[in-house]
Amino acid sequence: MALSYDDVIAKYEPVLGLEVHVELNTESKMFCSCSTTFGGEPNTQTCPVCLALPGALPVVNAKAIESSILIGLALNCQIAPYSRFSRKNYFYPDMPKNFQISQYDEPICFDGFVDVEIQTDEGPKQFRIEIERVHMEEDTGKSLHVGGATGRIHGAEYSLLDYNRAGIPLVEIVTKIVPGTGKYAPEVAKAYVAELRDILRGLKVSDVKMEQGSLRCDANVSLRLIGSDVLGTRSETKNVNSLRSVERAIRGEMIRHAELLNDGKKVKQETRHFQEESGLTRSGRSKEQAEDYRYFPEPDLVPVAPAATWIEELRAQLPERPSLHRKRLKEQWAVPDKEMAAMINADVLDIVEQTVLLGADPTKARTWWLGEISRLANEKDIAIADLSIAPRDVAEIVALVAAGELTDKLARQVVEGVIAGEGTPAEVVAKRGIKVVNDDGALMAAIEKVCAEQAETADKVRNGHVPAAGALIGAVMKETKGQADAARVRELLLGHLGQATN
Amino acid sequence: MSSLSRDEVAKLAALARIEMSEEELVGLASQFGSILDAVARVQELNLDGVKATSHPQPLENIFREDVVLPSLTPDQALSGAPAQEEQRFRVPQILGEAE
Amino acid sequence: MINKTAAEMSSALAKGEVTSVALTKQHLDRIADVDNKVKAFLHVDTESALAQAASVDADRAAGKALGPLAGVPLALKDVLAQEGVPTTAGSKILQGWKPPYDSTVVAKLKAAGVVILGKTNMDEFAMGSSTENSGYGPTFNPWDLTRTPGGSSGGSAAAVSAFEAPIAIGSDTGGSIRQPAALTGIVGVRPTYGAVSRYGLIAYSSSLDQAGPFGRTVLDTAMLHEIIAGHDPKDATSINAPVPAVVAAAKSGDVKGLKIGVIKQLQGSGYQAGVLARFNESLDVLASLGAEIVEVDCPSFEFALAAYYLIAPSECSSNLARFDAMRYGLRTGDIDGASAESVMNSTRESGFGREVKRRIILGTYALSSGYYDAYYGSAQKIRTLIIEDYKKAFTQADVLVSPTSPITAFKIGEKSEDPIAMYLADVATIPVNLAGICGMSLPAGLADEDNLPVGFQIMAPAMQDQRLYNVGAALEAALVSKWGGHLISKAPALGGAK
Repeated sequence: MALSYDDVIAKYEPVLGLEVHVELNTESKMFCSCSTTFGGEPNTQTCPVCLALPGALPVVNAKAIESSILIGLALNCQIAPYSRFSRKNYFYPDMPKNFQISQYDEPICFDGFVDVEIQTDEGPKQFRIEIERVHMEEDTGKSLHVGGATGRIHGAEYSLLDYNRAGIPLVEIVTKIVPGTGKYAPEVAKAYVAELRDILRGLKVSDVKMEQGSLRCDANVSLRLIGSDVLGTRSETKNVNSLRSVERAIRGEMIRHAELLNDGKKVKQETRHFQEESGLTRSGRSKEQAEDYRYFPEPDLVPVAPAATWIEELRAQLPERPSLHRKRLKEQWAVPDKEMAAMINADVLDIVEQTVLLGADPTKARTWWLGEISRLANEKDIAIADLSIAPRDVAEIVALVAAGELTDKLARQVVEGVIAGEGTPAEVVAKRGIKVVNDDGALMAAIEKVCAEQAETADKVRNGHVPAAGALIGAVMKETKGQADAARVRELLLGHLGQATN
Repeated sequence: MSSLSRDEVAKLAALARIEMSEEELVGLASQFGSILDAVARVQELNLDGVKATSHPQPLENIFREDVVLPSLTPDQALSGAPAQEEQRFRVPQILGEAE
Repeated sequence: MINKTAAEMSSALAKGEVTSVALTKQHLDRIADVDNKVKAFLHVDTESALAQAASVDADRAAGKALGPLAGVPLALKDVLAQEGVPTTAGSKILQGWKPPYDSTVVAKLKAAGVVILGKTNMDEFAMGSSTENSGYGPTFNPWDLTRTPGGSSGGSAAAVSAFEAPIAIGSDTGGSIRQPAALTGIVGVRPTYGAVSRYGLIAYSSSLDQAGPFGRTVLDTAMLHEIIAGHDPKDATSINAPVPAVVAAAKSGDVKGLKIGVIKQLQGSGYQAGVLARFNESLDVLASLGAEIVEVDCPSFEFALAAYYLIAPSECSSNLARFDAMRYGLRTGDIDGASAESVMNSTRESGFGREVKRRIILGTYALSSGYYDAYYGSAQKIRTLIIEDYKKAFTQADVLVSPTSPITAFKIGEKSEDPIAMYLADVATIPVNLAGICGMSLPAGLADEDNLPVGFQIMAPAMQDQRLYNVGAALEAALVSKWGGHLISKAPALGGAK
């Protein structure tokens, strides 16, 4: 019996908690000098340290500390004058030491907040998400499950391990519980992750590619009856790998919890895994059998005690906050509210900005990304960022149109070609033989042909009924396979038929 | 007298991933009484307000520069592997989910 | 010339009186002669030792600048990774493992031209005080083959004591260099924590472990100390400071005007009469050399053993988690349908020995939720008190002293069924480890009741390792002249070395 979302929020108040893992974009790993490059051949980026060979010792990457402090500062956190690494002990084959070097009771940053804004029917609404802590840890290796039907862990006969990812620096950003978002919970969560992503991108500390796993979100959700101040049991949903999924996963969990509670059943405190295809979660490890992690201070690493002067130097380096940045762009580009919101919602603001920085007119750049390119992305059901068209392509297309070398209509064909992987706009133009016909002789031949074929309409125009020219222009454009500049055709046609051309 | 039951030892052995026979469990449980008595002496003193020492030298902020150095070759990395396949470590089926 | 000191070998090599190949062969021959009785070595690397020796000889012939111990053979505790050479830490779980890298200590030895003869036996993962906990059988004390050489670096100590090598490397987590040095009548030093890189030293207890030198004389030990010490960026706990001038101190030994503090808590009941007699005699010698002997009070030392047996097992329970049959080492129980988890359980069951399992379980308990504060947390606080006791004591004395071990070498099997009795063997050495300072054991003579060697322990503040060598050299010189030769020449069991 599927409950509707409206039924859920009529009765329950959701309480959120979000844990975001960010892979830092350092050159080398957290505790050793192996490369962090994504996608290398298996086990080519490993050493005694990240393979946990007997005797090997970790040494902290200075850049990772700097990035973590920058993140803390950007999230309005306190930076701990003294913090330590701890060992989180549990056995798992993707974790070579069988403990993860993490931070436990002494994280590097704590007590911050992020303000997010969402658009609602009642206008924009703001929410403050409080940050509990920001701490450093290391990533695990990757397992490939062999045998069984699906390549999943269940039913596999054995697994193959690649430790290239083991030891890549991770920063975990943990919110305090987030009450009071009501029916907007899924959107607030999405807006928070989007804001975090923008902040991190602005800091240049991570690639923040959710689809490659460099930004991963775990969403804790619980429900309580409206008016109650007793927290419900939470579930923790992992594998939430896109902004859209954050929203879907939370909405889905709210409905699942409400159904259980309405049936008088209990919500199990457990880890759940988000299924991208169905938008549902499936049960993972139950937290009731939770491991005892036996945290203790990592004896191989000494405390981190950043000097106040260093922290202030880093604070001075902080880039403009994304929200302020947006405000500035809106003014500079003179974008109406609605269009600005549309760009943010479609997640194209950065792309538009990059396009503008490459010389394109802001309105033209926005129109392309929000219009034709968004349409094609929808058609293919993929994110705009994943289309193989870049800001420099769009900037080039805008320039070609401005130079009169493409019409808007031809430009759409070029966009399509670039997305189809046919190359740069110039290459697509060359390969497809797309060009504006601006040879007046060829156009006149087509005009004369069309006027002869549609003599009756041509006469109407001759007699001063200019609107009838539209049909003739259309026919000429068809005749020239759309490669003519419609304005030029109109000019020549009206001249040919003895009419003024203004 | 401190003591540890057979079941408590079994739980610890499971946490530490060491299979133990019934005989070993019972044997260890019986030995643990005197060992725990010996180490429990650390609780005899009033330690309120005493700081814990986890590092014998008072070092802080020991970092390395973010520079990539050559890794092991995959052959070296896999040289000790009990089993390997496709340049990866081959391990028996993993039952539980990852963290 | 295997009965010479390393310093004498060094000078003979420099003068061309002997080649490194010849010297290495003599030691390999000695190993072939006696190691079937002593069982000091787990692996003798004949070919590569001779190749290394030949390369040093070639360098010398070519007139290249060589370090003082270039061409001198050495025995290496099997706890240090050496590229391409079997490295087991005395455990079955690492049988056949060949590291693809060198520990920093090994890299420094190689760079200094020291010839590595092979890997020596030890208590499994350095957990033990008798070398009986080795997965490959015990080592026997060259003074009396029915007795243990102490441990955990028993193989290295026995090799030096039996003239199988003039110098050796050990590691000391709770006394594992000093106690076997005492029991085999040689010199052993545990350097200041952080003075010698731990990179490539297979970890037992990370905050206590430290590699260090063995020699038959204070000077030999200092020469080796100087080679292996120094800052290492691969070890975040390594101290970035110049190596103390230990060789100079060993050459000048002078205690006139020094204050020597006798730790009240490290003597008396539990200490064998012959041990105390030799200890007091050494104090008299030091006093006769012009030192002032004072007594110092370190009340929290009473709790050192308890703190140690919580901290070390706790850290080891985590350090040894990596031995899981997934990436290297032993794998058992990999039958059809077995899971990774069951293979881990089975391998760790069959690969680890009793004492290792006992300490892993104890450490797992001490760290587990609900017990952490009472056990591990309290132990870390005791550690602070011990550091404070030392600080205060070092305001009253330049060095502190005690017997190294309360007893002389015990019989094989005598304590192996009684963990608590075995743990007591480290009662006098453990405080140094907990405080991260340095300590030396040197021979103080033979106990009257059993004619077995007694060790005299000297302790100095962190990075004041030269004080050990200064006092040690002065005491050694006086005792050797009193005895008419080094104590080690009196070792009876193997008929000495010619």
